[in-house]
Amino acid sequence: MMSFLALLTRDLRLAVRAGGSAFLALAFFAAVVTLVPFGIGADSALLARTAAGILWVAAVLASLLAFDRLLQLDMEDGSLDLLALGPIPLEAIAAAKGLAHWLTTGLPLVLLSPVLAVLLNLPSRGFLALITSLAIGTPALSAIGTIGAALTISVRRGGLILPLIVLPLVAPAVIFGAGFVGSTIDGIQNGAIWLLSAFSLGAVLLSPFAAASAIRIALSG
Amino acid sequence: MNVPAVDFIAADRLTCSRAGRVVFGDLTLRARSGQLVVIEGANGSGKTSLLRLLAGLLEPTEGSIVLKAEDVEHSDAEERRRFVGWLGHQDAVKPQMTPAETVRFFARLHGSTGNSSDPLKLVGLKKMADLPCQYLSAGQKKRLALARLQVLARPLWLLDEPLAALDSEGKVLFTSLVTAHLASGGIAIMATHEPIEVPSDRLRLS
Repeated sequence: MMSFLALLTRDLRLAVRAGGSAFLALAFFAAVVTLVPFGIGADSALLARTAAGILWVAAVLASLLAFDRLLQLDMEDGSLDLLALGPIPLEAIAAAKGLAHWLTTGLPLVLLSPVLAVLLNLPSRGFLALITSLAIGTPALSAIGTIGAALTISVRRGGLILPLIVLPLVAPAVIFGAGFVGSTIDGIQNGAIWLLSAFSLGAVLLSPFAAASAIRIALSG
Repeated sequence: MNVPAVDFIAADRLTCSRAGRVVFGDLTLRARSGQLVVIEGANGSGKTSLLRLLAGLLEPTEGSIVLKAEDVEHSDAEERRRFVGWLGHQDAVKPQMTPAETVRFFARLHGSTGNSSDPLKLVGLKKMADLPCQYLSAGQKKRLALARLQVLARPLWLLDEPLAALDSEGKVLFTSLVTAHLASGGIAIMATHEPIEVPSDRLRLS
């Protein structure tokens, strides 16, 4: 556990010092959400109706920003060799990487989302649902992104391929997350939040093993 | 810091292929406690690949590797890894972290709570301990990598061009560290193009 925390702490420190990935993700999130009304017009009813979907898609895009550096820097500077020779399994290393990504990107997005929801005229009934859905869904984004980062770790300019791998895989989170917010606003009870929870739990549980397998292949390449 | 005892590492009839090309084949190597083996060879002859095979980072195409430690023979790569102290081509130094943080991180990663300043003092980086590593020279980063080796306290040192970028004082320091490691019962296997003033066996890859 001490080794896991040591790696997590190091990655959090690096994320803060190396260009402030949390700030970049938040700025990107805000920029996308601010830009959309310029594109679709100042129809407040239309914005209110589409707010949940816009916020969810913007959160997905913002979370993509840091994935290409999640493992690639460690691969390039030789740190990954040392981590692989360390006392914790690659699965734990992948889990620490995913958790660090969520703490520096996913969690700040969750916290900023209510502010941006106001800009999009999201009905007040949907605020709690939005925060809840992002809090449950963003760990899935980090988990799936970690798999994508591991798969592209030794690919030159893998950052360009990574979104093509990750975006289709996170589509269920967007569907269930935005669907839950929309149904809550409409006062309809459905199982979207449970489906989102199940999807997120599955992604978080599977991610360390899938990512570790990809890292293993990359190290032996 | 106590280094766990290791009796020997033996590679038998190793073949290594990369991207469909046989890098080397039918290679046999044996190093026992207290022994230094220097791997020599031209660029591309497979020195780094051999070190990665011994570390368990690569799987051989053919052949086997056995490490005996504490009366147990380990042939599994995952098991072998926990005996390896690795110094690779890249320095594995994060420019945003200080040398003190780097050493402390590896100490914590390996479950050690020892004083992180001692290894830095040993390699002559005490004065730079709190300076971000981006300001270190290539030689100083190599010294930091040597400090990291001290912290890991692993019995099998696998060193890829450890003398590169080191000045004459750094080379003397490296020699003393290797000598102390071997005296404590460790094994060192290194790939280098430079002479080293420590009694060693040579393995030439063609």
